[in-house]
Amino acid sequence: MQNWGRTRRFLIYPAVNFLNNRRSNPIAANPVFNSAFGLANHRDSPLYSESEKSNLHTCFHSLRDKVVETGIRSAIRFQHRGFGSDATKIQRNPLFSTLNSEDISYFKGVLGEKNVIQDEERLLTANTDWMHKYRGSSKLLLQPRSTEEVSQILKYCNSRSLAVVPQGGNTGLVGGSVPVFDEVVINVSLMNNIISFDKVSGILVCEAGCILENLITFLDTQGYIMPLDLGAKGSSQIGGNVSTNAGGLRLVRYGSLHGNVLGLEVVLANGDVLDMLGTLRKDNTGYDLKHLFIGSEGSLGIVTKVSILTPPKLSAVNVAFLACKDYFSCQKLLVEAKWKLGEILSAFEFLDNLAMDLVLNHLEGVRNPLPPSLHSFYVLIETTGSDEAYSKEKLEAFLLHAMGAGLITDGALAQDINQASSFWLIREGLPEALMKAGAVYKYDLSLPIENMYNLVEEMRIRLGESATVVAYGHLGDGNLHLNISTPQYEDKILAQIEPYVYEWTSKHRGSISAEHGLGLMKANEIFYSKPTNVVHLMGSIKKALDPKGILNPYKVLPHSLSSSS
Amino acid sequence: MKIMVAIKRVIDYAVKIRVKPDKSGVETKNVKMSMNPFCEIALEEALRIKESGMASEVVAVSMGPTQCVDTLRTGLAMGADRGIHVEATGALLPLSVARLLRALVEVEEPGLLILGKQAIDDDCNQTGQMVAGLLNWPQGTFASKVVLDKEKQAVTVDREVDGGLETLCLDLPAVITTDLRLNQPRYATLPNIMKAKSKVIKKFSPQDLNVEIKSDLEVVQVTEPPKRKAGVIVSSVDELIDKLKNEANVI
Repeated sequence: MQNWGRTRRFLIYPAVNFLNNRRSNPIAANPVFNSAFGLANHRDSPLYSESEKSNLHTCFHSLRDKVVETGIRSAIRFQHRGFGSDATKIQRNPLFSTLNSEDISYFKGVLGEKNVIQDEERLLTANTDWMHKYRGSSKLLLQPRSTEEVSQILKYCNSRSLAVVPQGGNTGLVGGSVPVFDEVVINVSLMNNIISFDKVSGILVCEAGCILENLITFLDTQGYIMPLDLGAKGSSQIGGNVSTNAGGLRLVRYGSLHGNVLGLEVVLANGDVLDMLGTLRKDNTGYDLKHLFIGSEGSLGIVTKVSILTPPKLSAVNVAFLACKDYFSCQKLLVEAKWKLGEILSAFEFLDNLAMDLVLNHLEGVRNPLPPSLHSFYVLIETTGSDEAYSKEKLEAFLLHAMGAGLITDGALAQDINQASSFWLIREGLPEALMKAGAVYKYDLSLPIENMYNLVEEMRIRLGESATVVAYGHLGDGNLHLNISTPQYEDKILAQIEPYVYEWTSKHRGSISAEHGLGLMKANEIFYSKPTNVVHLMGSIKKALDPKGILNPYKVLPHSLSSSS
Repeated sequence: MKIMVAIKRVIDYAVKIRVKPDKSGVETKNVKMSMNPFCEIALEEALRIKESGMASEVVAVSMGPTQCVDTLRTGLAMGADRGIHVEATGALLPLSVARLLRALVEVEEPGLLILGKQAIDDDCNQTGQMVAGLLNWPQGTFASKVVLDKEKQAVTVDREVDGGLETLCLDLPAVITTDLRLNQPRYATLPNIMKAKSKVIKKFSPQDLNVEIKSDLEVVQVTEPPKRKAGVIVSSVDELIDKLKNEANVI
C-alpha cells in the first residue's frame, strides 16, 4: 500500500518524467513533484504543500480584501461564519485562568526551554486549521516527550484552570484541533516512538505522536499495513486518528478503529494516567473504557499510547473504475460486489457526474478512464487478496457479469499500479478540485444507502442555479460527502443549506458527522443525531472525567451543556 | 500492412525493488508484474496507426514464462488483434530476444516492428537496435513522433536526442523504438477485456523458431545502492563552514 501511496504523488503530472527517473528519487530531484506531494496524497482532508498553503492564504486574504473593499455587511457577517470561526458567537469561559509568567516557568521546568514554544510563527500554525477556516489565539504551545510530562502538564493546568487543546497533525475538518480562544496547545508530535510490534499477531504498540504514514512505512517492512488509510496520512498522527475515530478508505474492509484499537494509554485532565494499553484481542473485564476515548476528540483525555491490530499486507490489489447509469444501479452493484467479490473487496467508492466534471476541469493530469459518454455515476472498486491470478479472475468475472446484467454501462480495469493510482486520484482529488472551484460547503453524512442520493437531488432543486451540488463518498459504508460549490460564500446560500441538510439527515436517522467528528463546527448540532438524554449522559461523563472542563473546551458537546454545568 | 509489437512483462514500475539475500537478482516472488511502460507506448502507437487506417492488423509478441500470457491479454484488451507467446523459462538477454523476433518477423512478415526503447527492469536499451541489425532494416529509435506515409511506403520518425529533435525518414519495413513522450496509452475497458477473451494467442518455443537460447553475459552480483546517510542539522553558519571544510573536504 505504501507503494501505491507513493505513486499517487506523481500522477498529477504526466508519468513520463517519473519513468525516466524510475527508482531514483524524483521527489528530491524535481520541485514539481514536491508540490504534487500534498496534492495527490489525500483522500478527504488533503494536506497542502507549502506552495499550496500560500495559495490558500492568498484566497483567504483576497477574499477578505474584497469584503473590506466592497463593505458589504452580509459578506462581513459571513466572515465570522466562514472563516472567523464560531468564536465570535461563543463566550470565553470566564472560569478559565489566563497564562502568567509563573505558568511559563513551571512548564519550562517540566519540559525544558526548547519544548515550551511562544514563537509567533509556530503559534500561528498551531492556531490555524488546514482549511484556514478556524483560528485561535493561543499564546503557548507545549511539546511533551513522555506520558509523564503530559501528566504533569495536565495536572498543573487542571489545578490552575488553564484550558488546553490536544493537537496531533492538525488535519481535522471541523475545527476540533485548534484553540477557540487562548487555550494552551499540547502537541504530542515528539512522542513518536514505536514501542513494539509482534510479527505473529500483527499487534503494534506505539506512541500517540507517530505519523500515520511513518507507521505504514514501518509496517510495510514487516509485511503488514495499517487498518486505516486516509489522505492526511503524511501529517496526521495516530493519537489524533484514534481521538477522532478517523474513517477513511479501508473501513469497508477492516472496520472502524473501535474494532482495531486494542488498547490505549490516556492521561486524564487531572493528570491521572490510565493504563489500558492491552494487546489482547479478547478482554471482557468490566467496562471497556478505551472506547470512550476513541472519537471523543480529546475532550475526555489525551491519548498518549496506542495498541492497534494490523492486517497483513496482501500483494494482489486490483482497481476498477466503472460507470453506472443511475443511483439504483450503484446500490445493486454494491450488493452484488459484497456477494461476488466477498473477502477480496477492499473499497467501494462512488462519485456522480458533476463530481467527475469538477475533477476533470480543475485537476491537472487527470483524465477520464472511460471513453467520453454521458454517465451519471462512477464507482471505484478495489480488491485486495493474496493471489493475483485468483483475485483478477474473480474481479473480471464479476465485472463482466455486472456488465451483462446492465448494472454497469462501461468500465476500465487497471492493468498496473500506475493506472490504479490514476483511478484513485479521481476520487482522492475531489476535495482539492472543490477547493480550486471556489467556495465549498462540506457535509459529511451517514445515511441509509437507499435514501442517500435523494438528499443530493433535493439540494439541487433547492439551490437551483446558484450552486453546484456535488456528491461522492464511501458508498460501501453509507457515507456521503455532500459538497456544495459556489463562486463565493454567501449567507443566503448557507441559509438554504443549513439547517435543512441537518434536518433531512435527522429525519432519515442518519448522522450529521460520519467520520469527520463534531469539533467546533457541529458541536451545537449534535441533537440532530443524538437524543437529549443521551447528550446529557455524555455531559455527565465529561463532568466526571474532566470536572473543570479544561480539555478541548467548546467542542463536541453543545455549548448550552457546557455553560450550564 | 501488419504491425508487430514486442511487449515485456516486468516488475511493476511502482513496486519497491528488493534485492534477493543471495545477491543473485531481484525478488520477483509475490511481486506485482505489469507490462513495461515503454512497451505500452509502443502498442498504443501501433493501435493508433491501425485506427487511422494505415495498418490492417496489430500482433503483440511476448517472451518468457507462462505468465507472459497475462501481459499479452492486457495487450489484447488494449486492442491488439492477436498474440504470440514464445515460451522460455531461462533468462532472455537482448540478443536472444532479437533473434527470436527476427524469426517471428520471418513468419509474420510485418511492415513495421515497434518496441519500447528499453525495459525498466534491466534498462538494456539494445533489443530494437539488435533486431534492426539482424533484419538489416532501418531503425528509428527513441521516437517521440511517428508519421506513416502509406503511398511512399515510408515512415517519418522524430527522435529525442541530446540538444533537440532529429527527424528521420525510414523506408518500410522498419524498426521503431518508442520514447515516453510519444503518446499516452489507453486503458483496458471492460468491453475490450471481454473481446480479448476470444482473441488467439499462439505459442512458440525457441526450438520451433530455430533459435538457440544462450547467454553471452553472466550476472555476477546484484546489490542495492548504498543507503543515504541521515543528514545533520547544524546550529550555525560557522559550524556549517567547519563541517564543509574539515568533514566533507569540499571547501
